Amino acid sequence: MITFSENKLKEAQRIINRYPQGKQKSALLPLLHLAQDEFGGWLDVPAMDYIASLLNIEPIEVYEVATFYSMYNLKPVGRHVFEVCQTGPCMLRGSDQIIDYIKQRLQINVGETTPDGMFTLKTVECLGACGYAPMMQLGKTFREHLNEEKVDQIIEECRSKAARNN
Amino acid sequence: MGKKLLIDRVGIEGIRYFDTYRKHGGYASVEKAFKMAPADIVEEIKKSGLRGRGGAGFPTGMKWSFLAKPEGVPRYLVCNADESEPGTFKDRYLMEFIPHLLIEGLVVSSFALGSNRTFIYIRGEYAWIVDILEQAIEEARQNGFLGNNILNSGFDCEIYVQRGAGAYICGEETALLESLEGKRGNPRIKPPFPAVKGLWDSPTVVNNVETLAAVVPIINMGGDAYSQIGIGKSTGTKLISACGNINRPGVYEIDMTISVEEFVYSDEYCGGIPNGKKLKACIPGGSSVPILPANLLFKTAKGEKRMMTYESLADGGFQTGSMMGSGGFIVLDEDQCVVRHTLTLARFYRHESCGQCSPCREGTGWMEKILNNIEYGRGKMNDIDLLWDIQRRIEGNTICPLGDAAAWPVAAAIRHFRDEFEWHVLNPEESQKRNYGLANYAEPREVVAS
Repeated sequence: MITFSENKLKEAQRIINRYPQGKQKSALLPLLHLAQDEFGGWLDVPAMDYIASLLNIEPIEVYEVATFYSMYNLKPVGRHVFEVCQTGPCMLRGSDQIIDYIKQRLQINVGETTPDGMFTLKTVECLGACGYAPMMQLGKTFREHLNEEKVDQIIEECRSKAARNN
Repeated sequence: MGKKLLIDRVGIEGIRYFDTYRKHGGYASVEKAFKMAPADIVEEIKKSGLRGRGGAGFPTGMKWSFLAKPEGVPRYLVCNADESEPGTFKDRYLMEFIPHLLIEGLVVSSFALGSNRTFIYIRGEYAWIVDILEQAIEEARQNGFLGNNILNSGFDCEIYVQRGAGAYICGEETALLESLEGKRGNPRIKPPFPAVKGLWDSPTVVNNVETLAAVVPIINMGGDAYSQIGIGKSTGTKLISACGNINRPGVYEIDMTISVEEFVYSDEYCGGIPNGKKLKACIPGGSSVPILPANLLFKTAKGEKRMMTYESLADGGFQTGSMMGSGGFIVLDEDQCVVRHTLTLARFYRHESCGQCSPCREGTGWMEKILNNIEYGRGKMNDIDLLWDIQRRIEGNTICPLGDAAAWPVAAAIRHFRDEFEWHVLNPEESQKRNYGLANYAEPREVVAS
């Protein structure tokens, strides 16, 4: 049985306490974010069932939410996920070329993960960085004004971070 | 140079933190408002003429006055920070660089509406801004502007930040409330409106970030003074996020007295089109509003100068006008393909449809497929009429406005750039070329200093 660490459990409790008595289901989205951070970047069924037990709701109530929102990963992803925006304003500033360049650099297609499990490439819809296009989301941060050199730097940065942590 | 009321202090070092913000006049509106009766605050907002800055432009004071106040039932204020309309990134700017302005506006508004538990629902991707807002909230609490018995008024208020998880639809107020309750973001049928039955079935007001921030200058200067800024019913200042093919993309505060032409070519704002290119088209208010060709952008069909106001941008209706919308100003230069741009928007709406209503769920998918065929040289001439027919059958036939928002960009693209769609069908091998020389471009011109 999987569980949150003591710290995460405290954080979960702090979130649940925001809501009036009997409305603890409102904590579902924040708790799924916590679970995804804690359990390797994606949500499997045991993780979702665990959240259901914390909130005292049925597992199906968690599944229907987790499948609705695009930020919850329902299958494993690489250590670093490149989420490149492809909507109109980014397209006007060259996001098509950036996506092609990343595909070629990482030798993967959109939706795939590199064989070493290091990178996943996803395309996403507008992230609210239109004035700083083209851009991608990487973890909790936005990487903006992308060009080929910047993409190279980001790939290098991710690799060296991984090397340090191993 | 126009008046700035919201982001004028952004350049001040440390304005993100309470002490600096306070030193520069921050939280004065709370001190003033707490000496007023809540109903009088609502009255000031009504007088100001403030209109919702999220996109619909509904008068804020009127929305506030609809809030039901049954005895013994809690009321809620929810701040809509789910900014997701393509082309729009103004709320992010405001929250990131001057977070206390929003918190200050929330304290005043919570007091006016009687909300002791106020939520900021922020799009999940703005993860780092959650930290900024939570820090600002903590600072405000430590300085007595949040928590119990604020400024000895007897009024208690807590503000909580809740992250969404990647769903455009949650910017629609009832979908937002569903999401805040821990459910899928399926919009509710209205009525009942949130003002009567909102969060957890309690009376609720949902307002955009910029709207709630504007409450601060309104209280400080008075509703009448605020209403003097701007033209007609476009009162006060508006944040415009400008992007696409312009020299100076970014967030600008305008006082709704300038022309669209000045906004595009002034070096104080967009700074013109890069590389001496011509302007081809513009979507002035976020991806949902109709695209305008250059000849209708600077002048209305009546030949009047088009201004950056709610009324002037909408002049001519959807035949020859557009909308202020969320203020997401997207500029396309002569090398851009309207079909391809419309395809990315159609894909966006297909991805973001919640799937509740069949016209939207099915129609957005069909529109994307047909546009994809046309863009990639597999289109037929009657596909253009089919697209027109589909968008017409989505509009007005769905629970929430996402259906309309998906239909309008397709309709406007066909209305104003039909020749470009036809060109794709007739020239399948060259269909991905960008510059057709068909559109009525605005000639390149000098950037003007203001």
